[in-house]
Amino acid sequence: MADESAQILTGAQALVESLERLGVEVIFGIPGGAILPAYDPLYDSKIRHILVRHEQGAGHAAEGYAQVTGKVGVCIATSGPGATNLVTAIGDAYMDSIPMVAITGQVTSQSIGTDAFQEADIRGITFPITKHSFLITDPAEIPHAIAAAFHLASTGRPGPVLVDIAKDALTKSAPFHWPPELDLPGYHPITRPHGKQIREAARLIAEAKRPVIYLGGGVNRARAWDQVAELVRLTGIPVVTTLMARGAFPDSHELNLGMPGMHGTVAAVGALQRSDLLVTLGARFDDRVTGKLDSFAPEAKVIHADIDPAEISKNRVADVPIVGDLAEVLNELNEAVAEVELPGYTEWVELVLDWKRRYPTGDTNPVSDGLLSPEYVIKRIGEIAGPDATYVAGVGQHQMWSAHHLPHERPTRFLNSGGAGTMGYCVPVAMGAKVGRPDEVVWGIDGDGCFQMTNQELVTCALEGIPIKIAVINNRSLGMVRQWQTLFYGERYSNTNLKTHLVPDFPKLAEAMGAVGLRAETLEEVDQVINQAMAINDRPVVVEVVGHKDAMVWPMVAAGVSNDEIKIARGLAPQWQEEEL
Amino acid sequence: MNTHTLSVLVENKPGVLARISGLFARRGYNIESLAVGPTEEPDLSRITVQVAVDSQLVLEQIVKQLNKLIEVLKIVELEDGASVGRELMLIKVKADPATRSQIIEIVQLFRGKTVDVHNDSMTIEATGSPDKLEALLEMLKPYGVRELVQSGLVALGRGGRSLADRAKIDKTRPAARLAN
Repeated sequence: MADESAQILTGAQALVESLERLGVEVIFGIPGGAILPAYDPLYDSKIRHILVRHEQGAGHAAEGYAQVTGKVGVCIATSGPGATNLVTAIGDAYMDSIPMVAITGQVTSQSIGTDAFQEADIRGITFPITKHSFLITDPAEIPHAIAAAFHLASTGRPGPVLVDIAKDALTKSAPFHWPPELDLPGYHPITRPHGKQIREAARLIAEAKRPVIYLGGGVNRARAWDQVAELVRLTGIPVVTTLMARGAFPDSHELNLGMPGMHGTVAAVGALQRSDLLVTLGARFDDRVTGKLDSFAPEAKVIHADIDPAEISKNRVADVPIVGDLAEVLNELNEAVAEVELPGYTEWVELVLDWKRRYPTGDTNPVSDGLLSPEYVIKRIGEIAGPDATYVAGVGQHQMWSAHHLPHERPTRFLNSGGAGTMGYCVPVAMGAKVGRPDEVVWGIDGDGCFQMTNQELVTCALEGIPIKIAVINNRSLGMVRQWQTLFYGERYSNTNLKTHLVPDFPKLAEAMGAVGLRAETLEEVDQVINQAMAINDRPVVVEVVGHKDAMVWPMVAAGVSNDEIKIARGLAPQWQEEEL
Repeated sequence: MNTHTLSVLVENKPGVLARISGLFARRGYNIESLAVGPTEEPDLSRITVQVAVDSQLVLEQIVKQLNKLIEVLKIVELEDGASVGRELMLIKVKADPATRSQIIEIVQLFRGKTVDVHNDSMTIEATGSPDKLEALLEMLKPYGVRELVQSGLVALGRGGRSLADRAKIDKTRPAARLAN
């Protein structure tokens, strides 16, 4: 590639120029001392900078943007506390494999290590929660570091990459070379699966009697949902969709048994437990899925396809390991499966579909004390906004209800914090998602606990023209924790009462931040406020729905026990009507 | 617990050792010894690490997690028969005119060297396999060991090929780097 005459640029100019050339359209951030030089050329750039109200919001917004667009999300902060405020979002992106580049200012290179003002070793702090990181002290290194960061964040198993830049590297000048030749001799992600393993997988599928496709969030990162649909069409194998894969295979498909795991459906949990073959696609045998690991799917052989070799046989030993990009893996597996004779699995499918019919994830919390059922409210939001809207959940009970009751028909329409379980995720991620999908409806389903952690980004949304809709399911408590206290701590409600019947007044809080604030307390008001919210497109809307605090998430498998111990309500186990297959 | 020796070829960049030691700490792997140093190529360093693991699966997981570090180029397990491993030990032992010649005799048996002598002590340098150094130490203990310092194991595979060669071959055939 021709050297474009090697202009001399400051490090700050080189940073912005690199971001522009990488096609970055939007950055979420807050300026401060050490990063200040970068904000000067950014002022003239075509890149949109969204000034958030807290760096955590910048990080989460970048996650939301990345998940809906499939591009790398970018956040930027200054040194010290600016950088440490990004840590939660970086950790969240690491757990859920979200492509993100975090750019932080650092004190000048001479001051590093002296406990200078606003100094924090953010690279050291984030070693365990980044895919990689750079500390840049020379302006000449900036184009390479930025290009490499984007490459690393978006290829292989995606993840967050941190670029920490000393202030003097931003102010000094160096020749700008583009594109830089990537010097990453230790980085060779494998995308193409091994043919032998593919044939072996096809053979196991042909021999299985009780196979289940265990579909994880990797399907979204690989954008392999069409290939998954094709595999199901070819084989007729029932599918469980993990929390991170909800929507990647439509819930309306008969063979979708729903979500497995601690709050999974009876059909999904039961099918995995009795399976003789798990076709594991971009999933990682997380403890929230497996329950007590040594009693998980005890009779199943395991085909495990993942782009990260370290996930294979980490928690559960794989009989057929397949390392590769899920889209490529499935293209080849579908071809291989088409060539073998499949048994049909009729009896097995009838059995699991019977469970699915008998144990739907219904509303187990009907209206009581005149207060609304949170499940009903979430279901109505989904019915009114429809399957084309993007939904973002916080963490807790409302997240699980959202996972069950929203219309999960399309991929990347349901964002939530799966691995890290980050409370406060909803509002800023919804903001980032709306920036990535400006013409589509974005609904946040949040709890009163979560909402109070990051709601200040509604100010950002109001000022930047990002009209998201947030439903605050207000049960006046840290509901999931309260549920555990009810079940496992003798109803001793230590520090879970948020007293939101006293303060804050959520609609007023919303109004104060430039959003429209609405409240529903009765059944009739629910549809009314949802429809009202749907009609508002010039500013954010917050809909508070007052729910009752004793609503619980069911089904549930208690922590640390076998998934065979699933309960559909307190003390109530499903009747399996076991048949020998 | 079985001890395994891994030889890890890494880019010689600041922070690499922190990443590697942090990975071991974070994932709860046991390091028995660690030695780091430059190699025949200035931009590469080599880390020899001894790990104690319960099972082959844990060892496999350690290797896979190390491989995920961007600055790690190549990892091989050095097995006892197919590699040469040495440690260095410096021992300051009590020695008066009466015991000095006995100590020198022991040290010579182990092909060690006396590198410093004082009127009531001497400092011994010895290299060798961990077993040999252990035996030497046992022999010297009765005289009174005042101070002891020991390097981690450094080791090389036997035969003509180098780890850097193998890493280079992998560069041209990326898919060969990780077993599928």
